Order: sequence, then structure tokens, then C-alpha cells
Amino acid sequence: MADSQPSAGRGQLRPALPLLLPAYLWLTVAVFLPLSAMVFFSFVTDLPMAGRDWAATLEHYAAFFQTDLYGRLLLRSLRLGLEVTLYCTIIGFPCAYVLAKVLKGRSREAVFLLVILPFWSNGLVRVFSWAVFLRGGGVVDLALNAVLPFEVSIDLMYSYPAVVIGLVHSYLPYMVLTCYLTLQAIDDSLIEAARSLGASRLTVLRRLIVPLAMPGLAAGAVLIFVPVVGSFMEPRILGGRSGTFYGTVIEDQFVAVFNWPLGAALSFILLAVVLAVLALAAPVLRRHGA
Amino acid sequence: MSTRMMNRTIGRGLLAATLLATFCAGVAQAEEIRVLNWKGYGTDESWATEAFEAKTGYTVVHDYFNSEQEMLTKLRTNPGTYDVVMINAAFTGQALEEGLIQPIDTGKITNAADLTPEMAQSELLNTGGKTYGVPWVWGLTSLAINDKAFDQKPDSIEVMWDPAHKGKVVLRDDALEAVQFGAIATGQDINDIKDLGAVKEKLASLMPQIRTFWSSENDWNQMVAAGQIDVGTYWSGAASRAKVNFNLPVSFVIPKEGAVGWLDGLSIPAGSKNVDAALAFIDYMISPEFYVEWVNKVGAPVSANQKAVAGLDESAFNRAVLGDPAVAERVVFQKPVSDENREKYLQLWQELKAANQ
Repeated sequence: MADSQPSAGRGQLRPALPLLLPAYLWLTVAVFLPLSAMVFFSFVTDLPMAGRDWAATLEHYAAFFQTDLYGRLLLRSLRLGLEVTLYCTIIGFPCAYVLAKVLKGRSREAVFLLVILPFWSNGLVRVFSWAVFLRGGGVVDLALNAVLPFEVSIDLMYSYPAVVIGLVHSYLPYMVLTCYLTLQAIDDSLIEAARSLGASRLTVLRRLIVPLAMPGLAAGAVLIFVPVVGSFMEPRILGGRSGTFYGTVIEDQFVAVFNWPLGAALSFILLAVVLAVLALAAPVLRRHGA
Repeated sequence: MSTRMMNRTIGRGLLAATLLATFCAGVAQAEEIRVLNWKGYGTDESWATEAFEAKTGYTVVHDYFNSEQEMLTKLRTNPGTYDVVMINAAFTGQALEEGLIQPIDTGKITNAADLTPEMAQSELLNTGGKTYGVPWVWGLTSLAINDKAFDQKPDSIEVMWDPAHKGKVVLRDDALEAVQFGAIATGQDINDIKDLGAVKEKLASLMPQIRTFWSSENDWNQMVAAGQIDVGTYWSGAASRAKVNFNLPVSFVIPKEGAVGWLDGLSIPAGSKNVDAALAFIDYMISPEFYVEWVNKVGAPVSANQKAVAGLDESAFNRAVLGDPAVAERVVFQKPVSDENREKYLQLWQELKAANQ
């Protein structure tokens, strides 16, 4: 994300072509064509299926601006994306640092496994297991009351924090993995040199480790931010009354009322906004990365 | 090669079998009726078709659909194929308009006299003085309560707005259901909502009471089991299952303001070649002997036949809660909803959900 690769010369491209072809063919069939179909749907009045009249229109894009509903929800989703990314960074970066620089051998493998383990389970299972933990009379509630001398009632289920917790848990491995890769590549002797020249631990972190790890941090942030802004499953299950986000509204258009054109238009507006956010953030990230 | 020979033998066998089947079909035509329904929805229970055959001599052949649209398409494209079709009453009017079903001579159905009058005379099933569908079974969308949270069973929909149950109320995450619920709460006709603004206002005042929006029966039952909710919208069949199968403290409430109902009827397609057999089958389907066995063996919605419901155990949910004749008067049956209204309802519902966080 942050640094630009030196472009491959023409001479190197030609022999690589047969190798690249399957990948591009696959991208065309699996990504480009379906996405083009959705772009097309977003500009028509009704799905062009048997027995339905349809015409080209911009009304679905106009619908976004006709009420403040969609704009408000989009802002809410963007805020959710930022918060989840922030928490993932705060938790994920130290975790990755410990993995890359402190632990060695067996223990590193074990912790690494623990980090990716949630990745191997189905997303729904993860979310539902949180439901068991977070609700009143749930595991957290019972455990705290068993330890604490006074009565507390922890009922986080069906609230905004529950959505954040569920999403942070789901997306944390992205941050840990990307940061781990860049942190591991930092030469230990650089840190030793800085220390021997009198830099405090904090200075080493601020001036050396974070800048060098920036590509990983940025990649992790993008990988988390983009899907979280469009997420609908976690908010629906954990959010309850406060679980309405931009993603759930899009899902409703596809699932509840069969209004694909509006759903597609809302999706592309989201895509445009996310791209704009990333474009705005890119110079900042690049400066830090350099 | 032996495999080739075997293939040939099988081929010949198949040919012979096909010929035989065609021949038999030609003979058996008069003795067979074809029924179109959801799979596993009463009419195709093997004990029932066997009993019907033993009684009348007609064999029953089934074909299935997976959506109302598919059902209509099958009737359109295969005229004369079916003798009995199960149609949700909200779609009977459309089937009639397209000329897919024929009038039914209810005088030839002996059990028709015992049908609940409100359903037998429902305008969804009757047009121009003729009957196009015989009411078969029905169910409700209304309220259910957690017995532990109530000393006395509430009788009004207003219980959802009661501050005593703040944060312990659920609604299903479904725009149509929510809007129709709001229509009942504001005293409007669910099939012709004149004042959508009032519905929105009423629902908006309900939002602070809501704990969450449920989406599956399992959600609802788990929340009751964990003591998280006191009252919420629920389906009659689901409430019955919660009580009987899962032993949960759940009671179904049909408030005085009314409840939303769905009704399934049996109709005879326009080109039926065997109307007498079709009438006999419908007669059997609404009979107490079939219904009681269906409930006890499999579990079923409520019969439109009062005598059939009376044949159940006195404590049976379908008799005790829904069989009360006073209930039938309070039920408003759902008519088809246009795409335009559906989208309007969804937007209202999304605005309500988004405004309240």
C-alpha cells in the first residue's frame, strides 16, 4: 500500500505472460463480470428478467440523497470501521511485536496458532459464541459476579459495544499477521544499534519500529476497515436494536424486498466513499512509511 | 461385453415398464387425482392418502411447489394436470383473475357446513357469490409472553408499550410484519393502511422499549429461556412448539385489537378432469378424522373446521388458544402486498431502526 514497487521492464513481462494469464482470466470471470452486472443493475429500474419491464435510470443513486437515512447510516458505518481498526491496531500491534521479537521457537508457534485459530472457524460460529458470553446471565456476567464481592450486571448483548467486540475479534488476525510480517523483517541489530547509541525504548519504538512496520500497519488497517464498513452479519446478530448499519440496509434490499437495483447502487456509493477515504489517507500513510 | 448386454436388457425393461405405465395410466385415469401443494404439508402424508384410497378408491398423486409464484406458473403451464391445489388465500384472487381455478360446489362437500363462517365466507375465497377456495388451515402472527413476567395474561396490544417491560420487548426484523403490527395498534386495516404516518409514530414510540429484533424461532426461544424478554411478536405455531416441544413458559396472546392471520385454502384448477374426486379429497382434508390424526402424528396449523378443532384434546394449543370462536372474529387475514408498498414499508422500517440508536 505505502511504497511503490519498481515497475517490471517489458522484457520481463513477456515470458511471465503465460503464467499471469490464468490469474487474469480468473479475475475477469469471477470479479469483473459479476461486478459489471451489478453496475448495470444499479442503473436500471427493475431486474431485466422475463416478464419485467425495465429502463435505464439514475433514480437509485438519487434515492441515496433524497433522505438523510442512507447518509447517516454510512457515517455510522465509517465510524464503526475506524473504531474497529483502531482497536485492532492497539491490540494487534503489541501482539505481533511479541510474536516477532520476543517469543522464539515452540512458544512462538503455539501463540501463532492461537492467533490464527479463530480464522479457521466459521464466522457465524464466532459471532454466536460471543452472544453466549455477552448476554446478561452469560459467561462474563456469571464469572464477574462469582469473583466480585458486590453485584454487577454485565449485559453487553444487543448494543454498539457488542458489535465492536465481535468485529474486533473477527478481524484482529489480519492486523497481527500483516504487522508480524513487517516486524519480523526488521533487523535486530538496528534496534541494538539504536539502544547502544542511547535511544530510550520509547524512542526506538517511535522512530524506528513503528515507521519500519508502517507498511504492515497500513495493509492491516485497509484489510480491516473496508470489510467492516460494509459488514452486516455481526451488527445484525450482536447489535440488536442498535444493529442497523449501511451494510444491513444493503442486505435488506437484496434479501427482504428483492430490490437489487437499489441495493447495487447503495453498494457502489459505499465503494466510492471507501475509495475516497483511502485516497485521502494514502499521502499520510506514505509519509510515515518513507 | 456383459455391461452392454446388461444395458440393453435394462433398456428393454424400461421400455416395457414405460408402456405398461402408459397403459395403466390410461385405465387408471378416472381413479386418480393429482394434488399440488408444499411438500410435507398434510395432503401427502402416506397414512392419509392410504386412508383416502381405502375409503373412496381414488389414488392420490402429488406434485410440489417451492413458492407461490411457482405454484401459479405450474397451473398456467400445465392446464388439466391437477385436480386439487393448495393456495394461500392471499393468492386465490390472482389465480381466479388469471382463470386458473374454477368455482366449487360446496354443497357436495359434507364437512363444509362445519367450517368457521368467517373463513368459509371470506372475501379472499369468494367472488360474485361463488366459492373458489375451501378454507383448510390457518395461523396467526400476534404476541407471545414470558409467563414468568406476568401475573395475569394481558389482553391488549398496549402491553408492548408498557414501561414496566422496557427493554424486554422484541419485534421481528421484518418490515411487513412490523408495519402491519403498527396498523393494528393504531386501529387500521392491515390490508389498506391509510395513515402510514400514524403507524410510523406509533412504532417510533415502541422503539425505546425494544431489546432486539428477532429473526428466527430459535432466537425467540433462547431469549425467553435466558429471561431476557417479557413480550414480543410471535407466530402461533412457533409459540405452540415453544410450549409443547421445549417446555418454555410461553403463552400466546391474541389482543382485543386484533391479529394478523394467514389462511390456506384448497381450490380446484380450471381444467380438472376429475372434479368429483377433487371434491371428495377436499372433503376428507377438512374432515375431523384427518385433522386430529394430522395434529397428533405430525403437528399442524389450526383447521378451519370447527368440529375438527373440537376433536382435539381440550388442552391442545390449537383448540384451547386458537379454537376459541371469539378469536376468529378478531383475526384479519393478510391480502397480497404490492411491490410498491413492500418497498415503502421497508424504508419506513429502516428509518425507524436507524433513528433509534
